[in-house]
Amino acid sequence: MAAPRITIVGASLAGLRCAEALLAALPEARVTLVGDERHAPYNRPPLSKDAAEALAAGPGAGPEVFEKLRLRSKLAPGAVTLRLGVAAEALDGTDVRLSDGRRIGSDWVVAATGLRPRRLPLTGAEDRRHVLRSYDDALTLAATLRTGARMVVIGAGFIGCEIAATARKLGLHVTLVEPAPQPMLRALGARVAAAMAALHRSHGVTLLSGRAVAGFDGARVILDDGQALEADVIVEALGSQPNTGWLTDSGADLSDGVLVDDRMLAPGAENLLAVGDIARFANPLFDAVPRRTEHWCIPGQTAKRAAETIAALCTGQRPTPGFAPMPSFWSDQYGMRLQAFGAPALAETQTVIEGDLSQTGTAPVIVEYARAGRPVGLIGLGANPAALARHRARLTAALTPPVDA
Amino acid sequence: MKVHVDMSICLLHGQCVIAAPEVFSFDDDGGLVWLAEVDESLAADVEAASDACPEQAIVIG
Repeated sequence: MAAPRITIVGASLAGLRCAEALLAALPEARVTLVGDERHAPYNRPPLSKDAAEALAAGPGAGPEVFEKLRLRSKLAPGAVTLRLGVAAEALDGTDVRLSDGRRIGSDWVVAATGLRPRRLPLTGAEDRRHVLRSYDDALTLAATLRTGARMVVIGAGFIGCEIAATARKLGLHVTLVEPAPQPMLRALGARVAAAMAALHRSHGVTLLSGRAVAGFDGARVILDDGQALEADVIVEALGSQPNTGWLTDSGADLSDGVLVDDRMLAPGAENLLAVGDIARFANPLFDAVPRRTEHWCIPGQTAKRAAETIAALCTGQRPTPGFAPMPSFWSDQYGMRLQAFGAPALAETQTVIEGDLSQTGTAPVIVEYARAGRPVGLIGLGANPAALARHRARLTAALTPPVDA
Repeated sequence: MKVHVDMSICLLHGQCVIAAPEVFSFDDDGGLVWLAEVDESLAADVEAASDACPEQAIVIG
């Protein structure tokens, strides 16, 4: 059989790990890695935290910061064909058409195109409105992080809360505007979200919850109740949208990301797999509902799974059934680690099993999340990693066999 | 194979403890401990732990 030609679109964590796993399993494969950013694959989580802080010291900090973000690779030099600074425009069968007019002949395509920030559909204040997804976004935003500047963060999800915390550390005045009653509410549930709201307020953030942005007027952010906020820097942190436009004619279900099965194959499309933030799959640890999961661990886990699938199918074997990664995510705010396991967002009830939520930020707290009386998630706030690991092992045991939907 | 964790960049995410529990663990105080020399039979787990480290703190040599 001829060596399989595999094109991975998205030169990010998922794309890189997929290329590594493919070449480990299929050394003869001809792998092309395409990325629309000009940078080699890098790590994004620090962009709202210590990397933003380091970049705020000035443009000279860039190279050293990027070197820490850059993902170390097991690939030998030249093992994959790297095409950076060029986007995929469309699929033509299983060939990939690029923005520079070229076309990459492929037998398999792995979609790892990730997300882009959602923007407010409003005009005005364009000279000071930022988003934070890429290294280049972080460079532009960091240049505005000056002590005493007035920042308005729109959206109190994880990115919004992290950049608010970083900006407070750098001495900016920060107002956080969130339409929901609490920050990070969907991910954390009402009790922990309320504790995080108190933590932000105790660090000097003006948190305006239950409020939305109606417009921009010069250097002012106008809220839905008419309040006007003077802003030197505005960050739109309203969540993200999947980059799937190039797959429009693929036949895949693109209703939210790319629907894939437990092998990361997209039903309806020919030899197309999806990995990372855009992959929507059911996790049998919880139920049969396919969901996208925007956690750091997912790109690596789905990328390896996709590589296993391609390697099995290229060598005439059946991919092993079942894919049930234990979700985990973290955030760092005001020097406190929030560490989650499982799916707290699916829970109906929250029980504090260690500590006291009123002490959040000063003493360790562990909260267990349950659905239909069974544990589905766990969050530690400044918790001892050993204690959290014990509860995580208990959660893993409780989720196996799977919880009925 | 030799395993080292650069504790100047480790932030105790604990992903290595999940990926390779025979090699990495937490002591009672929450500090990370690991086997500095491991059998080749655990190579895949150690590689998985290295890939799972958000800080790229694990060095395999």
